[in-house]
Order: sequence, then C-alpha cells, then structure tokens
Amino acid sequence: MTTHIILFKITLIAYFIATVLYLINVVARNEKSGRLARWTLFAGIAIHFANMSLRYFEVRYTPVADLHGSLSFFALCLVVLFLLFDMRYRLPVMGAFISPLALVLMIFAGIAHKPLLELNPLLDSWWFPIHITFAFLGNAAFSLMFCAGVMYLLQNRMLKSKRFSALYHRLPSLDTLDRINYSSLTIGFPLMTMGIISGALWAESVWGTYWSWDPKETWALITWFLYAALLHGRLSIGWRGKRAAIFAIIGFCCLLFTFLGVNLLLTGQHTFKALGG
Amino acid sequence: MNIIVVGLSHKSAPVEIREKVAFSPAAMAEPLKQMLALPEISEGIIVSTCNRVELYATSRETEGAVSRLKDFLADFHQLSRDQLDEHLYDYQGEDAIRHVLRVASSLDSMVIGEPQILGQIKTAYGYAAEYKTAGVILNRFLHKAFSVAKRVRTETAIASNAVSVSFAAVELARKIFSNLDDKTVMLIGAGEMCELAARHFVNNGVSQVLVTNRTFARAEKLAAEFEGRAVAFESFQEHLHQVDIVLSSTGAPGYVLPADKLAEVIRLRRNKPMFLIDIAVPRDIDPRGNKLDNVYLYDVDDLQGVVQANLKERHKEAAKAEAIIAEEIKQFQRWLSTLEVKPTVISLRRKLEEIRQAELQKTFSALGNLGNKERKSIEAMTSAIINKILHKPTSILKDAHNNSDGNLYIDAVRTLFDLPEPPVDPRHEENPDND
Repeated sequence: MTTHIILFKITLIAYFIATVLYLINVVARNEKSGRLARWTLFAGIAIHFANMSLRYFEVRYTPVADLHGSLSFFALCLVVLFLLFDMRYRLPVMGAFISPLALVLMIFAGIAHKPLLELNPLLDSWWFPIHITFAFLGNAAFSLMFCAGVMYLLQNRMLKSKRFSALYHRLPSLDTLDRINYSSLTIGFPLMTMGIISGALWAESVWGTYWSWDPKETWALITWFLYAALLHGRLSIGWRGKRAAIFAIIGFCCLLFTFLGVNLLLTGQHTFKALGG
Repeated sequence: MNIIVVGLSHKSAPVEIREKVAFSPAAMAEPLKQMLALPEISEGIIVSTCNRVELYATSRETEGAVSRLKDFLADFHQLSRDQLDEHLYDYQGEDAIRHVLRVASSLDSMVIGEPQILGQIKTAYGYAAEYKTAGVILNRFLHKAFSVAKRVRTETAIASNAVSVSFAAVELARKIFSNLDDKTVMLIGAGEMCELAARHFVNNGVSQVLVTNRTFARAEKLAAEFEGRAVAFESFQEHLHQVDIVLSSTGAPGYVLPADKLAEVIRLRRNKPMFLIDIAVPRDIDPRGNKLDNVYLYDVDDLQGVVQANLKERHKEAAKAEAIIAEEIKQFQRWLSTLEVKPTVISLRRKLEEIRQAELQKTFSALGNLGNKERKSIEAMTSAIINKILHKPTSILKDAHNNSDGNLYIDAVRTLFDLPEPPVDPRHEENPDND
C-alpha cells in the first residue's frame, strides 16, 4: 500500500474521530470533547496536506482530476475554512455539522478511488489548480454558509415557538449566525467569481472560447446569480436573518447540483468521463 | 476518626422551626466553643443560613457524638429534644462526607446551582478557623468541599442557565442579539418586574434606555434612575424603530401596541430583530406580533416556561455533579484513612522503644562497667532488631490503607500490641497530613 493511501486512510479516521468528539460535545455538553475535536481536525488536515502532496509528487500534476481527488480536496478545503471560522467564532456546534460532511466526502472519495494513470492533456495547464482551488474554496465557504443557515432556522424556530430542545443551549445567537452567513458570503462570492473567471480563461487557452454553455458552466452561473442576488439584497434592501438563511440553503442545493449533479447526471466538457478521470 | 453531620434544612423543617435554631453570625464564638467543649467532639463547624442549620464535627465515638450534638442544638436554643427530633437528620462517615459535598455544590439547595451557599459555608468555616474549632480533618475536608463545589460549577452546567424571570429575559436577548452593548431598551409603563428586568439589561451592557408612561413625571423619574430619556406616551410608537428590546407593563385594558404597527416598525428597522417582553396582564402587545419575521414576543407565561426548561436542565446536570462527588468522596476517604496509619505506626514504635530502653537499662546495670564500644554496640544491635522487625509490618500497614483491610490491620495492631489510645485531638499528632 502506497504511503499516500495510508495517509488518506489516517485522515479519514481523524475526521471520523473528530465527528464523534463533536457529537459528544453537542449532546453531552462536554467542553473538553470540543477542544479535542478541534485538535484532531488540525492533525487531520496536516496529514491530509501530506497525502495530497505525496499524490502530487507521484503523478506530477495536481491530484484533483478524478472524482477521488476532487472529493478529497473539497473535504480539505471545507475543514480548513471551518477551522479558520472556528478561530474567529469558536463554534464547536458547527463542527458537529462540518466534520460529518467532511467524513462523508472522504468516504465517497475512498469508494471512488481508481489508480490515476495519465493526465488528460486538457488538464495539463497551470489554470487547472488555480481554477479548482478558487472553486472549491468558494464551495467550502458556501457550505459553511449553508450550515449557518440551517442552524439559524433551527434556532429561530425554537425562539419563536418557545419550545427549547437541548440544541438551543448549544447553538450560538441568531445575530452570530447571521453574521457568519454574511461573512461566508463575502468570502465565498469573490472566490466563486474568481473560480468562474479562471475557468473561462482556462477554457479560452484550451478550446479557444471563453464560454461554451456546457451544463456545468450554466449551472455555475445560475448559482452565481443566486448568491449575487443575496449579496445585493443584504447590502441594499436589508435582507437578513431568516431570508438570508433560506437563500443560503437554496444556493447550496444549486451548488451541489453544479458540482455533483452535473458530473453524475448530465454530459458535457466537465464530466469526469470526458476528462478521462 | 469519623466525620459527623447533624442538622435540619428547608427539606426537613419549616421556617418556624429553622428560625428557632439559627445561630447569629455576630455571636459565633460562644456556640463554637461550647460545641468543642463537648467530650466526644474533637473539631466543629456551625453552618447557619436561612435554609439550613448544620453542625459538622469529628469524633471517635459516633453514636455518642450524634446524640450529644442534638442535645447541644436543643439546649443552646432552649428547646426540647422532642420538638426538634422529627426535623433533625444526621450523617456519619461516607454519608456525612457526601452530604457536605452536595450542600457545598448547591445540590441540596432550594434552587440547584444557586451561588450563595458556597459563600455561606466559607463564612462558617472562617468563624471556626478564627475560634480554632476546626482542626486538621475539618480544615482539609472544608477545603476539599470548596474545590469540589468549584469543579461542579465549572464541569457541569448546573449553574449556567437563568432560573429567574428577569435573568431569563437577558439570556433570551443574548440568544437573539449576542452583544447587548449597543442596544436600546424601552420601558413602557412601570412595574417592579419591568424595572428589575431593565436593571438586569443595563447591568449586562445595554446603554440606551427610553422610558414612557401615561404620567410623564413618572417616566422622567424612572429614566433618571437609568440615565436614560423619557418619552411622551402619546408618541412613544414613533420611537419604536430605534428600540431593540421592549419591556411592557402598563395597566391598560387593551393593546397599546397592535400587530400592524409592529409590522411597520420592523420594516422601518430594515428587519433588524426586535425582542419584546410583555409582562402586563391583560397583555399590552398583540400576540399576533410574534408571527412577524424578526419579531420575538414573550409574555409572562413564556418566560416562566423558559425558567422551567432551565430548571430541568439543571436537574439533568445534577446527575453529572453527583458523579463528580462520588469520585471525590473516594479520594477524601483515602486521605482520611492515612490519618490513622501514621499515628498507629508511631505508637507502635514508641511502645517498642520503651521496651528497648527498659531492657537496655537493666542489662547495662547488670553488666557493671561496660566499655563505650560495647555499650554502643548493644544499643545499635537492639535498635537494628526493632527496625528490622517493624520494617515489613509498617510498609504493609501503609499499603493496606488503600483497601478495605486497612482498618482491620490497624485495629489488629492496636489490639495485639495493646497500644494506648491516640490523643483525641489530631492537631497534636506529628505531621499527619504529610502526603
């Protein structure tokens, strides 16, 4: 078994342990568990980075050309972004949403693993890692926004109905959740924009046109407009709170379809089949 | 040496009885001294609060001591034992340790998690320290109780949720706004609960206070107390869009704030959330207002509901606290038992040393003029014999105190070697707490 595969498995175990610890933190209100979970995630991403680096050295190109690599890289982006948010907002309860998500991504990545042979020449460009990194970091930010949106709706329902579950004490204030919604939007939107632009520039360098309206590009644009509308609404009309949370959820669904649905259900330039992965 | 607790609390006696046995904080010297003068009692502390009166003591004769303490409590307050007996409880040994740890951790209080009891016990311990009625055991025990109480407070959520209506209001506001520093509160009408809640909000950071009342002079007076502004009642609705938190308690028979007006206010606020507390009966604010997005409207019953939910949480956390306490009891009992080994070993050594000295004297006088070298030799030999004999039993005794055989061995040693009773006051022992 090659080293990078071992590292992949260790990372998966680390995310699994973090998930369990975060759940204990939420359910049993155990503070120590939350701290341990955070450190486990830190250890996890270190190993994850090592895993990705080793894969790069083995195949000599950024290891995200196949389903395995992209799912794995997305999980990494997710956890990294979450840890950055956690440093600012200290939210172990969000960890209870994020680490299972990262874990599921890793599990699917593990299932999707096929040995990577040669890189499709289409992908042999330095636009590739740039485009992917922007896109995935943007996606990760919107995933955090989605989590914050779900938490907002849960907390809002409890405060409105005056029926409080154990989660009430664990969730932060509505104001904090709304601010996370806003900051993840201001981080994710430019990243996504850069992702689309770098994708277009890359397309130009390979195929000669900036835009070919293939399903992925189309859906990415739709998702982009959704978030642009929310940003506009927040800045000018006073959209916030429940409305912003619902938007975050709808946007994320669009995002999921753009990222996964298109690849798996439709055909076009972006599918992994077409790219030989 | 056993720890003993004798007393009564709100759980066993009504206030009419409790007030009869209370000790005045200004006059603790006399009762403490009297308590210590009792023959069976080695150390003593008196805890007297509005909800309990308890005596903590140490003694070698537990049965006698318990009875003696009950008599003392009755006699000191000129009551008869019959009057008190049905209300008094007593604990010994492990039960006594558990009781005190529970009390200090506020598990035995009327409201679990209340913070006052710890301070009250610390004060009681202060008196005992001042009048020197607490010794080695109670010193260590009370310090243990304080640290356990702290552990319980920090490791469980037993004291973290609000269990009074006004605190609950602040807590809810925090769940909506997170930071109260830049928020504005408006008081509509007047009333004790409103003012109390307002005071809590101000204490928690709210800086802007508006007050409105049908009687403008009243509004001004109240506003002055909070360093806020008074607003005319006829036009208070115009100011609402600047207000984040509303506390309402007028005597009006109808709604002073209808739902459609509230909708307008939220629009003007560009959907910034608003928290309204309606304490009035009949209610001041149209309850349909709660349906609006970003409006959170609570009436008295709702706040009580929050308090009840928090109390349930506290009770759940109490189970965690009991587990912590069980752990700490074991630790403390281990320490208590070491207290017994050392004096026993010392006593045993002393006895053997006495025998040695007596025999040395006899032998030396019988042998007449013995050279120095020979004397020293014989002294060294007899000393070495004693050390070698005692070495194994001593280490076994010390090891045994970690398990249930410990006390058995100590008892056996005391009986077999006919050791004298150790001094009743452990304060005069040599370094018993050297661990």
